Amino acid sequence: MSTIMEWIDKRLPVTELIKSQATEYPTPKNLNYWWNFGSLALTVLIIMIATGLFLAMHYKPDAALAFKSVEHIMRDVNFGWLLRYMHANGATFFFIFVYIHILRGMYYGSYRAPREILWWIGVVIFFMLMGTAFMGYVLPWGQMSYWGAAVITNLMSAIPVVGNDLVIWIWGGFSVADPTLNRFFVLHFLLPLLVFGVVFVHLWALHAVHSNNPVGIDAHDDKDNLPFHPYYTIKDLYGVGVFLIFYCYFVFFAPNAFLEADNYIPANPMQTPAHIVPEWYFLPFYAILRSIDFLGSFSKLAGVIAMVFSIAILFILPFLDRSPVRSFRYRPLSKQLFWIFVANAFVLGWVGYNPPDASLFSGAIPLILIGRTSTAIYFGYFVILWLVTALDIEKPRPVPKCL
Amino acid sequence: MAIEVEENRRDFLILATSAFGVAGVAAAAWPFIRSWSPSADVLAQATSEVDISPLQPGQMITVPWQGKPVFVLRRTPEMIASAQKGDSESLPDPAKDADRVKRPELLVLLAVCTHLGCVPQPIGTGDYGGFLCPCHGSHYDTSGRIRKGPAPKNLEVPHYDFKDANTLVIGKALA
Ligand code: HEM
Ligand code: FES
Repeated sequence: MSTIMEWIDKRLPVTELIKSQATEYPTPKNLNYWWNFGSLALTVLIIMIATGLFLAMHYKPDAALAFKSVEHIMRDVNFGWLLRYMHANGATFFFIFVYIHILRGMYYGSYRAPREILWWIGVVIFFMLMGTAFMGYVLPWGQMSYWGAAVITNLMSAIPVVGNDLVIWIWGGFSVADPTLNRFFVLHFLLPLLVFGVVFVHLWALHAVHSNNPVGIDAHDDKDNLPFHPYYTIKDLYGVGVFLIFYCYFVFFAPNAFLEADNYIPANPMQTPAHIVPEWYFLPFYAILRSIDFLGSFSKLAGVIAMVFSIAILFILPFLDRSPVRSFRYRPLSKQLFWIFVANAFVLGWVGYNPPDASLFSGAIPLILIGRTSTAIYFGYFVILWLVTALDIEKPRPVPKCL
Repeated sequence: MAIEVEENRRDFLILATSAFGVAGVAAAAWPFIRSWSPSADVLAQATSEVDISPLQPGQMITVPWQGKPVFVLRRTPEMIASAQKGDSESLPDPAKDADRVKRPELLVLLAVCTHLGCVPQPIGTGDYGGFLCPCHGSHYDTSGRIRKGPAPKNLEVPHYDFKDANTLVIGKALA
Protein backbone atom coordinates (compact mmCIF):
# COMPACT_ATOMS: atom_id res chain seq x y z
CA MET A 1 0.00 0.00 0.00
CA SER A 2 2.60 2.54 1.13
CA THR A 3 4.89 1.64 -1.77
CA ILE A 4 2.05 2.32 -4.22
CA MET A 5 1.39 5.65 -2.51
CA GLU A 6 5.10 6.49 -2.67
CA TRP A 7 5.12 5.73 -6.35
CA ILE A 8 2.16 8.02 -6.92
CA ASP A 9 3.42 10.78 -4.60
CA LYS A 10 6.66 11.03 -6.52
CA ARG A 11 4.65 11.78 -9.64
CA LEU A 12 1.59 13.53 -8.16
CA PRO A 13 1.99 14.66 -4.54
CA VAL A 14 -1.48 13.62 -3.38
CA THR A 15 -0.56 12.74 0.21
CA GLU A 16 1.12 16.09 0.69
CA LEU A 17 -1.95 17.94 -0.68
CA ILE A 18 -4.39 16.03 1.51
CA LYS A 19 -2.21 16.61 4.56
CA SER A 20 -1.65 20.32 4.07
CA GLN A 21 -5.09 21.24 2.73
CA ALA A 22 -7.37 18.79 4.52
CA THR A 23 -6.32 16.54 7.37
CA GLU A 24 -3.68 18.77 8.99
CA TYR A 25 -5.02 22.06 7.65
CA PRO A 26 -4.97 24.41 10.66
CA THR A 27 -8.46 25.64 11.59
CA PRO A 28 -9.37 28.04 14.41
CA LYS A 29 -10.45 26.08 17.45
CA ASN A 30 -13.39 28.33 18.33
CA LEU A 31 -15.55 28.06 15.20
CA ASN A 32 -19.24 27.86 16.11
CA TYR A 33 -22.07 26.16 14.23
CA TRP A 34 -22.51 29.10 11.83
CA TRP A 35 -19.29 27.83 10.25
CA ASN A 36 -21.05 24.61 9.19
CA PHE A 37 -22.99 26.22 6.37
CA GLY A 38 -20.17 26.31 3.83
CA SER A 39 -19.75 22.56 3.88
CA LEU A 40 -23.55 22.21 3.91
CA ALA A 41 -23.83 24.34 0.76
CA LEU A 42 -21.22 22.15 -0.93
CA THR A 43 -23.15 19.05 0.13
CA VAL A 44 -26.30 20.39 -1.49
CA LEU A 45 -24.39 21.40 -4.63
CA ILE A 46 -23.25 17.80 -4.99
CA ILE A 47 -26.83 16.55 -4.44
CA MET A 48 -28.08 19.04 -7.06
CA ILE A 49 -25.53 17.98 -9.65
CA ALA A 50 -26.18 14.29 -9.05
CA THR A 51 -29.98 14.52 -9.16
CA GLY A 52 -29.90 17.06 -12.00
CA LEU A 53 -27.74 14.82 -14.13
CA PHE A 54 -30.16 11.92 -13.76
CA LEU A 55 -33.21 14.14 -14.29
CA ALA A 56 -31.62 15.39 -17.51
CA MET A 57 -31.59 11.80 -18.78
CA HIS A 58 -35.42 11.80 -18.80
CA TYR A 59 -36.26 15.46 -19.27
CA LYS A 60 -37.03 16.92 -22.73
CA PRO A 61 -36.14 20.58 -23.29
CA ASP A 62 -38.87 21.20 -25.87
CA ALA A 63 -41.83 23.53 -25.32
CA ALA A 64 -44.22 20.85 -26.59
CA LEU A 65 -42.74 18.06 -24.45
CA ALA A 66 -41.19 19.60 -21.34
CA PHE A 67 -44.25 19.64 -19.07
CA LYS A 68 -45.18 16.10 -20.06
CA SER A 69 -41.65 14.85 -19.58
CA VAL A 70 -41.62 16.18 -15.98
CA GLU A 71 -44.92 14.36 -15.35
CA HIS A 72 -43.35 11.32 -16.97
CA ILE A 73 -40.48 11.61 -14.49
CA MET A 74 -42.99 11.89 -11.65
CA ARG A 75 -45.23 8.98 -12.66
CA ASP A 76 -43.32 6.55 -14.87
CA VAL A 77 -39.60 6.77 -14.25
CA ASN A 78 -38.39 4.50 -11.43
CA PHE A 79 -37.78 6.79 -8.45
CA GLY A 80 -38.26 9.73 -10.80
CA TRP A 81 -40.44 11.38 -8.17
CA LEU A 82 -37.59 11.08 -5.68
CA LEU A 83 -35.03 12.57 -8.02
CA ARG A 84 -37.31 15.49 -8.83
CA TYR A 85 -38.36 16.19 -5.25
CA MET A 86 -34.73 15.97 -4.10
CA HIS A 87 -33.78 18.43 -6.81
CA ALA A 88 -36.65 20.88 -6.27
CA ASN A 89 -36.31 20.90 -2.46
CA GLY A 90 -32.53 20.90 -2.73
CA ALA A 91 -32.78 24.34 -4.33
CA THR A 92 -34.62 25.60 -1.25
CA PHE A 93 -32.01 24.26 1.15
CA PHE A 94 -29.23 25.58 -1.05
CA PHE A 95 -30.55 29.10 -0.66
CA ILE A 96 -31.16 28.74 3.08
CA PHE A 97 -27.54 27.65 3.51
CA VAL A 98 -26.10 30.30 1.24
CA TYR A 99 -28.08 33.06 2.95
CA ILE A 100 -26.92 31.90 6.39
CA HIS A 101 -23.38 31.54 5.06
CA ILE A 102 -23.41 35.13 3.76
CA LEU A 103 -25.00 36.53 6.93
CA ARG A 104 -22.41 34.67 8.99
CA GLY A 105 -19.74 36.50 7.02
CA MET A 106 -21.50 39.82 7.54
CA TYR A 107 -21.81 39.32 11.31
CA TYR A 108 -18.27 38.17 12.02
CA GLY A 109 -16.62 40.52 9.53
CA SER A 110 -15.33 37.73 7.32
CA TYR A 111 -15.40 40.08 4.33
CA ARG A 112 -12.72 42.31 5.90
CA ALA A 113 -9.05 42.30 4.90
CA PRO A 114 -7.40 40.00 4.00
CA ARG A 115 -10.50 38.09 2.85
CA GLU A 116 -11.90 40.50 0.22
CA ILE A 117 -11.23 38.26 -2.77
CA LEU A 118 -12.62 35.25 -0.95
CA TRP A 119 -15.77 37.31 -0.26
CA TRP A 120 -16.04 38.52 -3.86
CA ILE A 121 -15.80 35.00 -5.22
CA GLY A 122 -18.62 34.14 -2.84
CA VAL A 123 -20.79 36.93 -4.24
CA VAL A 124 -20.03 35.73 -7.78
CA ILE A 125 -21.13 32.22 -6.78
CA PHE A 126 -24.33 33.70 -5.36
CA PHE A 127 -25.10 35.46 -8.66
CA MET A 128 -24.44 32.24 -10.59
CA LEU A 129 -26.64 30.33 -8.18
CA MET A 130 -29.51 32.75 -8.68
CA GLY A 131 -29.19 32.45 -12.46
CA THR A 132 -29.12 28.67 -12.21
CA ALA A 133 -32.17 28.46 -9.96
CA PHE A 134 -34.10 30.91 -12.12
CA MET A 135 -33.44 28.90 -15.29
CA GLY A 136 -34.11 25.60 -13.54
CA TYR A 137 -37.52 26.80 -12.47
CA VAL A 138 -38.36 27.53 -16.11
CA LEU A 139 -37.72 23.92 -17.16
CA PRO A 140 -40.95 22.24 -15.92
CA TRP A 141 -42.75 24.69 -18.26
CA GLY A 142 -45.75 25.28 -16.02
CA GLN A 143 -47.58 28.58 -15.70
CA MET A 144 -45.23 29.92 -13.01
CA SER A 145 -42.20 28.76 -15.00
CA TYR A 146 -43.43 30.56 -18.07
CA TRP A 147 -44.56 33.82 -16.49
CA GLY A 148 -41.64 33.99 -14.10
CA ALA A 149 -39.38 33.71 -17.13
CA ALA A 150 -41.42 36.34 -19.00
CA VAL A 151 -41.29 38.89 -16.18
CA ILE A 152 -37.62 38.39 -15.34
CA THR A 153 -36.38 38.43 -18.94
CA ASN A 154 -38.50 41.51 -19.55
CA LEU A 155 -36.49 43.29 -16.85
CA MET A 156 -33.73 43.48 -19.43
CA SER A 157 -35.93 45.67 -21.64
CA ALA A 158 -35.47 48.46 -19.09
CA ILE A 159 -31.87 48.90 -20.26
CA PRO A 160 -31.80 52.06 -22.39
CA VAL A 161 -31.29 51.83 -26.17
CA VAL A 162 -30.41 48.13 -26.51
CA GLY A 163 -32.95 46.70 -24.02
CA ASN A 164 -35.63 45.57 -26.44
CA ASP A 165 -33.21 43.96 -28.88
CA LEU A 166 -31.43 42.29 -25.99
CA VAL A 167 -34.65 40.66 -24.80
CA ILE A 168 -35.47 39.36 -28.29
CA TRP A 169 -31.93 37.99 -28.47
CA ILE A 170 -32.29 36.22 -25.14
CA TRP A 171 -35.67 34.80 -26.14
CA GLY A 172 -34.58 33.80 -29.64
CA GLY A 173 -37.99 35.05 -30.78
CA PHE A 174 -40.65 37.56 -29.91
CA SER A 175 -41.76 35.95 -26.68
CA VAL A 176 -40.57 33.33 -24.23
CA ALA A 177 -40.87 30.17 -26.32
CA ASP A 178 -39.20 26.96 -27.40
CA PRO A 179 -35.79 28.49 -28.24
CA THR A 180 -35.75 30.14 -24.81
CA LEU A 181 -36.51 26.87 -23.03
CA ASN A 182 -33.86 25.00 -24.98
CA ARG A 183 -31.05 27.44 -24.23
CA PHE A 184 -32.10 27.79 -20.59
CA PHE A 185 -31.82 24.03 -20.24
CA VAL A 186 -28.30 24.02 -21.63
CA LEU A 187 -27.26 26.90 -19.37
CA HIS A 188 -28.97 25.29 -16.38
CA PHE A 189 -26.88 22.20 -17.07
CA LEU A 190 -23.66 24.13 -17.56
CA LEU A 191 -23.77 26.78 -14.81
CA PRO A 192 -23.73 24.42 -11.78
CA LEU A 193 -20.66 22.73 -13.20
CA LEU A 194 -19.01 26.14 -13.46
CA VAL A 195 -20.18 26.89 -9.92
CA PHE A 196 -18.47 23.70 -8.82
CA GLY A 197 -15.24 24.99 -10.35
CA VAL A 198 -15.59 28.44 -8.81
CA VAL A 199 -16.22 26.83 -5.41
CA PHE A 200 -12.70 25.44 -5.60
CA VAL A 201 -11.31 28.88 -6.37
CA HIS A 202 -13.31 30.03 -3.32
CA LEU A 203 -11.61 27.32 -1.24
CA TRP A 204 -8.22 28.18 -2.71
CA ALA A 205 -8.72 31.78 -1.60
CA LEU A 206 -9.87 30.50 1.81
CA HIS A 207 -6.84 28.32 2.30
CA ALA A 208 -4.55 31.19 1.33
CA VAL A 209 -5.90 33.45 4.12
CA HIS A 210 -7.49 30.83 6.43
CA SER A 211 -10.82 30.88 8.22
CA ASN A 212 -12.04 33.85 10.18
CA ASN A 213 -13.59 32.98 13.56
CA PRO A 214 -16.24 34.31 15.97
CA VAL A 215 -13.74 36.49 17.80
CA GLY A 216 -12.58 37.98 14.51
CA ILE A 217 -8.86 38.18 15.37
CA ASP A 218 -6.15 36.34 13.46
CA ALA A 219 -5.44 32.85 14.76
CA HIS A 220 -1.72 32.70 15.39
CA ASP A 221 -0.08 29.62 16.71
CA ASP A 222 -0.87 26.03 17.49
CA LYS A 223 -2.77 27.10 20.57
CA ASP A 224 -5.35 28.86 18.43
CA ASN A 225 -5.71 26.16 15.77
CA LEU A 226 -6.82 22.56 15.49
CA PRO A 227 -6.11 20.17 12.64
CA PHE A 228 -9.14 20.02 10.37
CA HIS A 229 -9.29 16.26 10.76
CA PRO A 230 -10.81 14.84 12.90
CA TYR A 231 -12.14 17.94 14.65
CA TYR A 232 -13.96 19.62 11.79
CA THR A 233 -14.57 16.59 9.59
CA ILE A 234 -16.69 15.20 12.40
CA LYS A 235 -18.39 18.51 13.10
CA ASP A 236 -19.22 19.08 9.43
CA LEU A 237 -20.54 15.52 9.14
CA TYR A 238 -22.75 16.11 12.16
CA GLY A 239 -24.17 19.17 10.39
CA VAL A 240 -24.84 17.10 7.29
CA GLY A 241 -26.74 14.59 9.43
CA VAL A 242 -28.97 17.27 10.90
CA PHE A 243 -29.54 18.74 7.44
CA LEU A 244 -30.53 15.35 6.03
CA ILE A 245 -33.22 14.96 8.70
CA PHE A 246 -34.90 18.22 7.67
CA TYR A 247 -34.30 17.59 3.99
CA CYS A 248 -35.84 14.11 4.12
CA TYR A 249 -38.81 15.49 5.98
CA PHE A 250 -39.58 17.82 3.10
CA VAL A 251 -38.67 15.39 0.32
CA PHE A 252 -40.84 12.59 1.73
CA PHE A 253 -43.60 14.31 3.69
CA ALA A 254 -44.05 17.83 2.30
CA PRO A 255 -42.45 17.78 -1.15
CA ASN A 256 -44.66 20.53 -2.54
CA ALA A 257 -44.42 22.89 0.43
CA PHE A 258 -42.16 25.24 -1.51
CA LEU A 259 -43.64 24.64 -4.96
CA GLU A 260 -46.52 26.63 -6.45
CA ALA A 261 -49.74 24.86 -7.37
CA ASP A 262 -49.98 26.96 -10.55
CA ASN A 263 -46.81 25.35 -11.82
CA TYR A 264 -48.74 22.13 -12.32
CA ILE A 265 -50.75 23.92 -15.03
CA PRO A 266 -48.99 23.72 -18.41
CA ALA A 267 -47.52 27.01 -19.66
CA ASN A 268 -50.04 29.13 -21.55
CA PRO A 269 -48.50 32.08 -23.38
CA MET A 270 -51.99 33.55 -23.88
CA GLN A 271 -52.92 33.87 -20.21
CA THR A 272 -51.11 35.09 -17.10
CA PRO A 273 -52.14 33.61 -13.71
CA ALA A 274 -53.93 36.09 -11.45
CA HIS A 275 -51.08 36.23 -8.96
CA ILE A 276 -47.55 35.38 -9.95
CA VAL A 277 -44.91 34.99 -7.29
CA PRO A 278 -41.27 34.06 -7.65
CA GLU A 279 -39.75 31.24 -5.60
CA TRP A 280 -39.37 32.25 -1.96
CA TYR A 281 -35.64 32.83 -2.24
CA PHE A 282 -36.12 35.68 -4.71
CA LEU A 283 -38.92 37.42 -2.79
CA PRO A 284 -36.91 40.14 -0.98
CA PHE A 285 -35.27 41.21 -4.24
CA TYR A 286 -38.60 41.09 -6.05
CA ALA A 287 -40.04 43.39 -3.37
CA ILE A 288 -37.18 45.87 -3.91
CA LEU A 289 -37.88 45.79 -7.65
CA ARG A 290 -41.55 46.58 -7.15
CA SER A 291 -41.00 49.21 -4.48
CA ILE A 292 -39.41 51.69 -6.87
CA ASP A 293 -42.62 52.88 -8.54
CA PHE A 294 -42.55 56.61 -7.81
CA LEU A 295 -40.16 57.79 -10.52
CA GLY A 296 -42.59 57.88 -13.44
CA SER A 297 -41.27 56.41 -16.67
CA PHE A 298 -37.86 55.98 -15.01
CA SER A 299 -39.31 53.58 -12.40
CA LYS A 300 -38.79 50.39 -14.37
CA LEU A 301 -35.09 50.98 -14.98
CA ALA A 302 -34.58 52.27 -11.44
CA GLY A 303 -36.30 49.19 -10.01
CA VAL A 304 -34.03 46.89 -11.97
CA ILE A 305 -30.93 48.83 -10.96
CA ALA A 306 -31.99 48.76 -7.30
CA MET A 307 -32.56 45.01 -7.47
CA VAL A 308 -29.17 44.24 -9.02
CA PHE A 309 -27.45 46.72 -6.73
CA SER A 310 -29.03 45.17 -3.64
CA ILE A 311 -26.74 42.19 -4.19
CA ALA A 312 -23.86 43.90 -5.98
CA ILE A 313 -23.47 46.22 -2.97
CA LEU A 314 -21.94 43.21 -1.20
CA PHE A 315 -18.91 43.70 -3.46
CA ILE A 316 -18.09 47.04 -1.81
CA LEU A 317 -19.03 45.99 1.72
CA PRO A 318 -15.34 45.33 2.59
CA PHE A 319 -14.62 49.01 1.97
CA LEU A 320 -17.71 50.38 3.66
CA ASP A 321 -16.93 48.83 7.03
CA ARG A 322 -14.13 50.95 8.57
CA SER A 323 -14.20 49.60 12.10
CA PRO A 324 -10.86 48.55 13.65
CA VAL A 325 -12.66 45.43 14.90
CA ARG A 326 -13.91 42.63 12.62
CA SER A 327 -16.42 40.70 14.67
CA PHE A 328 -19.77 42.31 15.54
CA ARG A 329 -19.54 40.43 18.83
CA TYR A 330 -17.57 43.43 20.12
CA ARG A 331 -19.44 46.08 18.15
CA PRO A 332 -22.70 47.02 19.93
CA LEU A 333 -24.05 49.40 17.26
CA SER A 334 -23.15 47.24 14.26
CA LYS A 335 -24.75 44.28 16.00
CA GLN A 336 -28.07 46.10 16.35
CA LEU A 337 -27.93 47.29 12.75
CA PHE A 338 -27.28 43.72 11.66
CA TRP A 339 -30.35 42.32 13.38
CA ILE A 340 -32.50 45.12 11.98
CA PHE A 341 -31.15 44.20 8.55
CA VAL A 342 -32.06 40.53 9.06
CA ALA A 343 -35.57 41.27 10.35
CA ASN A 344 -36.07 43.72 7.50
CA ALA A 345 -35.13 41.05 4.95
CA PHE A 346 -38.07 38.98 6.22
CA VAL A 347 -40.39 41.97 5.89
CA LEU A 348 -39.19 42.45 2.31
CA GLY A 349 -39.87 38.79 1.60
CA TRP A 350 -43.36 39.09 2.97
CA VAL A 351 -44.01 42.22 0.87
CA GLY A 352 -42.72 40.40 -2.21
CA TYR A 353 -45.05 37.50 -1.54
CA ASN A 354 -48.20 39.61 -1.41
CA PRO A 355 -49.99 41.19 -4.38
CA PRO A 356 -48.68 44.70 -5.10
CA ASP A 357 -51.93 46.49 -4.33
CA ALA A 358 -52.50 44.74 -0.97
CA SER A 359 -52.65 46.66 2.29
CA LEU A 360 -52.60 46.20 6.07
CA PHE A 361 -55.49 47.02 8.44
CA SER A 362 -58.08 47.21 5.63
CA GLY A 363 -56.38 49.88 3.56
CA ALA A 364 -54.81 51.94 6.35
CA ILE A 365 -51.25 51.04 5.38
CA PRO A 366 -50.69 50.23 1.68
CA LEU A 367 -48.14 47.48 1.21
CA ILE A 368 -46.22 49.61 -1.23
CA LEU A 369 -45.33 52.03 1.59
CA ILE A 370 -43.98 49.18 3.70
CA GLY A 371 -42.04 47.97 0.66
CA ARG A 372 -40.48 51.37 0.09
CA THR A 373 -39.58 51.76 3.77
CA SER A 374 -38.03 48.29 3.88
CA THR A 375 -36.07 48.98 0.71
CA ALA A 376 -34.72 52.15 2.33
CA ILE A 377 -33.77 50.18 5.45
CA TYR A 378 -32.05 47.52 3.33
CA PHE A 379 -29.75 50.04 1.66
CA GLY A 380 -29.65 52.14 4.82
CA TYR A 381 -27.83 49.31 6.59
CA PHE A 382 -24.82 49.69 4.33
CA VAL A 383 -24.79 53.49 4.48
CA ILE A 384 -25.21 53.65 8.25
CA LEU A 385 -22.65 50.90 8.85
CA TRP A 386 -20.23 52.99 6.84
CA LEU A 387 -21.04 56.22 8.70
CA VAL A 388 -20.96 54.63 12.13
CA THR A 389 -17.53 53.13 11.50
CA ALA A 390 -15.96 55.84 9.32
CA LEU A 391 -16.88 58.60 11.77
CA ASP A 392 -15.85 56.49 14.77
CA ILE A 393 -19.32 56.79 16.28
CA GLU A 394 -19.18 53.20 17.46
CA LYS A 395 -16.90 52.44 20.40
CA PRO A 396 -16.03 48.74 20.13
CA ARG A 397 -15.67 46.72 23.31
CA PRO A 398 -12.19 45.31 24.10
CA VAL A 399 -11.20 42.35 21.96
CA PRO A 400 -9.34 39.29 23.40
CA LYS A 401 -5.69 38.92 22.45
CA CYS A 402 -5.90 35.26 21.56
CA LEU A 403 -8.62 32.70 20.89
CA MET B 1 20.84 51.64 -26.39
CA ALA B 2 20.57 48.57 -28.50
CA ILE B 3 18.72 46.83 -25.67
CA GLU B 4 16.15 49.63 -25.52
CA VAL B 5 15.47 49.30 -29.22
CA GLU B 6 15.04 45.57 -28.77
CA GLU B 7 12.53 46.15 -25.96
CA ASN B 8 10.47 48.56 -28.04
CA ARG B 9 10.38 46.02 -30.80
CA ARG B 10 9.28 43.31 -28.38
CA ASP B 11 6.59 45.54 -26.85
CA PHE B 12 5.26 46.25 -30.28
CA LEU B 13 5.16 42.58 -31.20
CA ILE B 14 3.37 41.66 -27.99
CA LEU B 15 0.87 44.46 -28.47
CA ALA B 16 0.24 43.61 -32.12
CA THR B 17 -0.16 39.91 -31.37
CA SER B 18 -2.57 40.61 -28.49
CA ALA B 19 -4.62 43.05 -30.55
CA PHE B 20 -4.80 40.57 -33.40
CA GLY B 21 -5.84 37.82 -31.00
CA VAL B 22 -8.55 39.90 -29.39
CA ALA B 23 -9.94 40.98 -32.77
CA GLY B 24 -9.89 37.38 -33.94
CA VAL B 25 -11.76 36.10 -30.90
CA ALA B 26 -14.30 38.92 -31.24
CA ALA B 27 -14.89 38.05 -34.87
CA ALA B 28 -15.19 34.35 -34.09
CA ALA B 29 -17.68 35.12 -31.29
CA TRP B 30 -20.09 36.79 -33.68
CA PRO B 31 -21.63 33.62 -35.17
CA PHE B 32 -22.13 32.23 -31.67
CA ILE B 33 -23.84 35.41 -30.49
CA ARG B 34 -25.99 35.63 -33.61
CA SER B 35 -27.13 32.02 -33.18
CA TRP B 36 -29.28 33.24 -30.28
CA SER B 37 -31.22 35.75 -32.42
CA PRO B 38 -34.64 34.68 -33.81
CA SER B 39 -34.14 31.99 -36.44
CA ALA B 40 -35.67 32.04 -39.92
CA ASP B 41 -38.67 29.90 -39.00
CA VAL B 42 -39.46 32.15 -36.03
CA LEU B 43 -39.22 35.21 -38.26
CA ALA B 44 -41.50 33.50 -40.79
CA GLN B 45 -44.44 33.53 -38.37
CA ALA B 46 -44.93 37.17 -39.32
CA THR B 47 -48.70 37.46 -39.78
CA SER B 48 -51.90 36.04 -38.30
CA GLU B 49 -55.30 36.17 -40.01
CA VAL B 50 -58.45 36.53 -37.93
CA ASP B 51 -62.11 36.22 -38.96
CA ILE B 52 -63.81 39.03 -37.04
CA SER B 53 -67.37 38.47 -38.28
CA PRO B 54 -68.57 36.48 -35.22
CA LEU B 55 -67.46 39.19 -32.77
CA GLN B 56 -70.45 40.92 -31.15
CA PRO B 57 -70.18 44.42 -29.62
CA GLY B 58 -68.44 44.13 -26.26
CA GLN B 59 -66.90 40.77 -27.18
CA MET B 60 -63.20 40.16 -27.18
CA ILE B 61 -60.96 37.37 -28.43
CA THR B 62 -57.30 36.63 -27.83
CA VAL B 63 -55.37 35.49 -30.89
CA PRO B 64 -51.73 34.44 -31.08
CA TRP B 65 -49.37 36.46 -33.25
CA GLN B 66 -45.66 35.66 -33.30
CA GLY B 67 -46.31 33.63 -30.14
CA LYS B 68 -47.70 36.68 -28.36
CA PRO B 69 -51.35 37.28 -27.47
CA VAL B 70 -53.30 39.97 -29.33
CA PHE B 71 -56.64 41.27 -28.04
CA VAL B 72 -59.27 41.93 -30.70
CA LEU B 73 -62.23 43.77 -29.16
CA ARG B 74 -65.39 44.96 -30.87
CA ARG B 75 -66.11 48.01 -28.76
CA THR B 76 -69.59 49.14 -27.73
CA PRO B 77 -70.54 52.80 -28.30
CA GLU B 78 -70.05 53.38 -24.56
CA MET B 79 -66.52 52.01 -24.69
CA ILE B 80 -65.71 54.25 -27.65
CA ALA B 81 -67.20 57.27 -25.89
CA SER B 82 -65.22 56.55 -22.75
CA ALA B 83 -62.02 56.16 -24.77
CA GLN B 84 -62.59 59.47 -26.56
CA LYS B 85 -63.37 61.19 -23.29
CA GLY B 86 -59.94 60.02 -22.13
CA ASP B 87 -58.29 62.03 -24.92
CA SER B 88 -58.70 65.23 -22.95
CA GLU B 89 -57.63 63.83 -19.59
CA SER B 90 -54.05 63.84 -18.33
CA LEU B 91 -52.40 60.64 -19.54
CA PRO B 92 -49.01 59.16 -18.59
CA ASP B 93 -48.41 58.34 -22.28
CA PRO B 94 -50.60 60.81 -24.21
CA ALA B 95 -52.30 59.46 -27.33
CA LYS B 96 -55.60 60.13 -29.11
CA ASP B 97 -58.01 57.23 -29.35
CA ALA B 98 -58.54 58.00 -33.03
CA ASP B 99 -54.82 57.39 -33.69
CA ARG B 100 -54.98 53.97 -32.05
CA VAL B 101 -57.75 52.41 -34.17
CA LYS B 102 -58.43 52.02 -37.88
CA ARG B 103 -62.13 51.42 -37.32
CA PRO B 104 -63.50 53.02 -34.13
CA GLU B 105 -65.42 49.87 -33.19
CA LEU B 106 -62.44 47.54 -33.54
CA LEU B 107 -59.62 47.74 -31.00
CA VAL B 108 -56.54 45.65 -31.75
CA LEU B 109 -53.92 45.50 -29.00
CA LEU B 110 -50.75 43.62 -28.33
CA ALA B 111 -51.76 42.07 -24.99
CA VAL B 112 -48.30 42.38 -23.48
CA CYS B 113 -48.11 44.68 -20.48
CA THR B 114 -45.50 47.38 -21.10
CA HIS B 115 -44.27 46.93 -17.56
CA LEU B 116 -42.83 43.42 -17.49
CA GLY B 117 -44.75 41.56 -20.14
CA CYS B 118 -47.66 39.82 -18.41
CA VAL B 119 -50.95 39.41 -20.27
CA PRO B 120 -53.58 41.83 -18.96
CA GLN B 121 -57.00 40.43 -18.08
CA PRO B 122 -59.95 40.85 -20.47
CA ILE B 123 -61.96 44.02 -21.03
CA GLY B 124 -63.86 45.32 -18.01
CA THR B 125 -61.42 44.07 -15.36
CA GLY B 126 -59.56 47.34 -14.78
CA ASP B 127 -60.54 50.79 -13.60
CA TYR B 128 -61.56 53.01 -16.54
CA GLY B 129 -63.54 50.05 -17.92
CA GLY B 130 -60.45 48.55 -19.51
CA PHE B 131 -57.81 45.92 -18.83
CA LEU B 132 -56.05 45.11 -15.56
CA CYS B 133 -52.61 43.59 -15.58
CA PRO B 134 -52.60 41.19 -12.61
CA CYS B 135 -48.85 41.06 -12.14
CA HIS B 136 -48.19 44.46 -10.63
CA GLY B 137 -51.52 46.23 -11.01
CA SER B 138 -51.41 48.33 -14.19
CA HIS B 139 -54.77 49.65 -15.43
CA TYR B 140 -55.34 50.26 -19.15
CA ASP B 141 -58.45 52.06 -20.47
CA THR B 142 -60.82 51.11 -23.32
CA SER B 143 -58.25 52.40 -25.78
CA GLY B 144 -55.47 50.33 -24.18
CA ARG B 145 -53.80 53.44 -22.77
CA ILE B 146 -52.01 53.19 -19.43
CA ARG B 147 -53.92 55.12 -16.75
CA LYS B 148 -52.62 53.80 -13.42
CA GLY B 149 -49.87 51.52 -12.14
CA PRO B 150 -46.21 50.83 -12.89
CA ALA B 151 -46.40 50.32 -16.67
CA PRO B 152 -44.70 53.21 -18.47
CA LYS B 153 -46.44 53.04 -21.86
CA ASN B 154 -49.75 52.33 -23.55
CA LEU B 155 -50.42 48.83 -24.82
CA GLU B 156 -48.86 48.63 -28.25
CA VAL B 157 -51.10 48.59 -31.31
CA PRO B 158 -49.56 46.05 -33.67
CA HIS B 159 -49.40 46.72 -37.38
CA TYR B 160 -52.64 45.38 -38.90
CA ASP B 161 -54.76 45.61 -42.01
CA PHE B 162 -58.03 44.33 -43.38
CA LYS B 163 -57.87 41.77 -46.15
CA ASP B 164 -61.61 42.18 -46.65
CA ALA B 165 -64.48 43.49 -44.55
CA ASN B 166 -64.31 40.56 -42.12
CA THR B 167 -60.68 39.43 -42.21
CA LEU B 168 -58.11 41.09 -40.03
CA VAL B 169 -54.44 40.54 -40.83
CA ILE B 170 -52.09 41.21 -37.92
CA GLY B 171 -48.46 41.90 -38.68
CA LYS B 172 -46.56 42.65 -41.82
CA ALA B 173 -45.50 39.93 -44.22
CA LEU B 174 -41.75 40.03 -44.74
CA ALA B 175 -40.85 40.87 -48.31
C1 HEM C 1 -26.72 24.91 -8.46
C2 HEM C 1 -27.36 23.81 -8.64
C3 HEM C 1 -28.78 23.71 -9.14
C4 HEM C 1 -29.91 24.40 -8.74
C5 HEM C 1 -29.98 25.52 -7.69
C6 HEM C 1 -31.02 23.91 -9.54
C7 HEM C 1 -32.34 24.35 -9.43
C8 HEM C 1 -33.42 23.83 -10.12
C9 HEM C 1 -34.80 24.17 -9.89
C10 HEM C 1 -35.31 25.22 -8.89
C11 HEM C 1 -35.57 23.40 -10.74
C12 HEM C 1 -37.10 23.39 -10.84
C13 HEM C 1 -37.63 22.24 -10.02
C14 HEM C 1 -39.12 22.06 -10.19
O1 HEM C 1 -39.86 22.96 -9.79
O2 HEM C 1 -39.50 21.04 -10.74
C15 HEM C 1 -34.68 22.60 -11.52
C16 HEM C 1 -35.08 21.71 -12.51
C17 HEM C 1 -34.22 20.92 -13.28
N1 HEM C 1 -32.83 20.86 -13.16
FE1 HEM C 1 -31.71 21.87 -11.76
N2 HEM C 1 -30.55 22.92 -10.37
C18 HEM C 1 -29.20 22.77 -10.18
C19 HEM C 1 -28.36 21.89 -10.83
C20 HEM C 1 -28.73 21.10 -11.95
C21 HEM C 1 -27.82 20.31 -12.76
C22 HEM C 1 -26.31 20.22 -12.54
C23 HEM C 1 -28.58 19.68 -13.73
C24 HEM C 1 -28.15 18.75 -14.87
C25 HEM C 1 -27.01 18.25 -15.01
C26 HEM C 1 -29.96 20.05 -13.52
C27 HEM C 1 -31.04 19.60 -14.28
C28 HEM C 1 -32.37 19.95 -14.09
C29 HEM C 1 -33.47 19.42 -14.86
C30 HEM C 1 -33.39 18.40 -16.00
C31 HEM C 1 -34.64 20.04 -14.35
C32 HEM C 1 -36.09 19.83 -14.86
C33 HEM C 1 -36.80 18.74 -14.12
C34 HEM C 1 -37.57 19.27 -12.95
O3 HEM C 1 -38.26 20.28 -13.07
O4 HEM C 1 -37.49 18.66 -11.87
N3 HEM C 1 -30.00 20.92 -12.44
N4 HEM C 1 -33.36 22.87 -11.12
S1 FES D 1 -46.27 43.21 -15.95
FE1 FES D 1 -48.12 44.28 -15.99
S2 FES D 1 -48.03 45.43 -14.23
FE2 FES D 1 -46.10 44.46 -14.21
